[in-house]
Amino acid sequence: MTAKRPPGRQLLLQGNEAIVEGALAAGCRFFAGYPITPATEISEVMSYRLPAVGGVFIQMEDEIASLGAAIGASLAGMKSMTATSGPGFSLMQENLGFACAAEVPCVIVNVMRGGPSTGLPTNASQGDVMQARWGTHGDHPIIVLAVSTTQDCFSATVRAFNLSEKYRTPVILLADEIVAHTREKIYLPHPEEVEVIDRIRPNMPPDWYLPYEDNSRGVPPMSVFGDGYRYHVTGLIHDLRGFPTERQDEISAFLGRIFRKISQHFFDIMQVEEEMTEDAEILVVAYGSVSRSARRAVREARDRRVKAGLIQLVTLWPFPRQAVEPALRRVRATLVPELNMGQMSREIKRINQGATRIETLNRTDGNLITPNEILARLLRM
Amino acid sequence: MVEATKLIHKYLRHDKKFPHVWCPGCGNGILLGSLIRAIDTTGLEKDEIVIVSGIGCSGRISVYVDFNTLHSTHGRALTFATGIKLANPKLNVIVIMGDGDATAIGGNHFIHAARRNLDLTAVVVNNNIYGMTGGQYSPTTPYGAFAATAIYGNIEHAFSIAELAVAAGAGMVSRGTVYHTSMLDELIAKAILKPGFSVVEVVSHCHTQYGRRNNMDSPVEMLRWQKETAVRVEKSKEMTLEQLRGKFTIGILADRDLPVYTEEYEKVREAARARALERGKPDGKV
Repeated sequence: MTAKRPPGRQLLLQGNEAIVEGALAAGCRFFAGYPITPATEISEVMSYRLPAVGGVFIQMEDEIASLGAAIGASLAGMKSMTATSGPGFSLMQENLGFACAAEVPCVIVNVMRGGPSTGLPTNASQGDVMQARWGTHGDHPIIVLAVSTTQDCFSATVRAFNLSEKYRTPVILLADEIVAHTREKIYLPHPEEVEVIDRIRPNMPPDWYLPYEDNSRGVPPMSVFGDGYRYHVTGLIHDLRGFPTERQDEISAFLGRIFRKISQHFFDIMQVEEEMTEDAEILVVAYGSVSRSARRAVREARDRRVKAGLIQLVTLWPFPRQAVEPALRRVRATLVPELNMGQMSREIKRINQGATRIETLNRTDGNLITPNEILARLLRM
Repeated sequence: MVEATKLIHKYLRHDKKFPHVWCPGCGNGILLGSLIRAIDTTGLEKDEIVIVSGIGCSGRISVYVDFNTLHSTHGRALTFATGIKLANPKLNVIVIMGDGDATAIGGNHFIHAARRNLDLTAVVVNNNIYGMTGGQYSPTTPYGAFAATAIYGNIEHAFSIAELAVAAGAGMVSRGTVYHTSMLDELIAKAILKPGFSVVEVVSHCHTQYGRRNNMDSPVEMLRWQKETAVRVEKSKEMTLEQLRGKFTIGILADRDLPVYTEEYEKVREAARARALERGKPDGKV
């Protein structure tokens, strides 16, 4: 009996192309980018898709300008995105912090490649995980999602835009060269089936509008330039009206609120995919392309009577502590395979606090960790 | 006096505490007055105006005015302005930057914005120094001048901002000073109304950081220097090279009609839509 085919169009797409489809389905109408391997296809496809739907594509002079333009477009009311890889992501950090401080929704795609520096332009890595969390200076909250399949690329991009609008924050989508360039089958849902969330805009008289006022959600309504509210946006620490401040109470209130708006909605933001974790004795925690190898390894381990389980992290930051911690306490040992020298494993060890044995499987030679590599380790654990 | 009060009441934010951050005698204060007088003559609605500013003393101007205002990152004001203008071409975007903001860290964005001929108005306030951070030399600090990072004299030669903008492709380039305020009002108004990339270089003074180190302690001395060194562009055409040495021209230096970015992009949109219809794919999938 054949499985029921999901509704929607069936296509053969590259991860990068699926990211564009997700963005357009979520309502993105502005893209500013700069070519960089392995993210260039996103710019290319956006360049001919956006003008056909009344949107705007512009190739800026560098990555710094690309994120600047995307933030400007968002302030003027268009959902916006940029895409890059490691070297460009490094350049974007200052403006990323600006978007955090001014609470401007936008999506930044980083298709990770070998690093550091020019690194390995055509090979995958997962080396930017910590940078995505802390790359920009100062204390700031951020949301980071990771994708592993072409289908993920579509749905996570939609999710990235929705979270960005809902929480008035930049959202980083971490892909890697493998998922970006792998062409596979994807089911694109019909446009009316895609849930799209828009920023809440103010509707009180302009005189009453306080652009950074606290409320039960911690996210102030955001007006769009030209709507009649004429407010001030700045990267300086500001008061409820958006004006720069150096008053202790106003500074603490602001920083407290932007952290709280994320932590308070943790369960809405957190997303993991669990497989066979209920009775697992050995846990694998993986994300991105590596989670596909991990899934195969865990299933094969089960065939050999090893009780393995997988937690695939989709939300990387804020770290899905509530999903991972209970599992850590139940299992004998945990394996964290990554295409880096150990970045997510550090976070897992931090929250583990000695409850279980954490082992790492690191590969930084530009190639994907194979299911057999993970299986071999699982059998030895 | 009544006129000034009316403009202040109309264009300055009522809920922003004054006095402003600038030193008494600063050129930025004069520019603020000039800016609102110029905007008033254009007849544009406050809701349609966006002021984007950079980082530095000039950058602080945006918080005081009752428009849609954005105080962005150092050197990147033109990039934010590009996004704003493209997302909503009905907005009138005026970008205010200092000499360091626009020509040092922002130099690359300056030349590309000019090259694209986006419909923006770039006001570059040139006081030949990095004032906010304490008086370090900038790309327009004259050769031999003293600065906080050049106590033995500056060994670099200055950019000529207006000439850079002309070469990069700006549609209109003008230069004024904070001494010649009536002219400045006109230049800014014309720049705002001109479609395409208009640059107004505003020769200003920083007596606190630059003047104090270079034997021009008071704003009055520095304004007098502007009065004596500026030559109207019409008059300069009748002067010899020898007479022009050490002077700078003020007025409209370039005014040409070049294709405006948003109009060109509209053609791209038409082509994309036509191709999509032809292939029966209204979403533009190629």
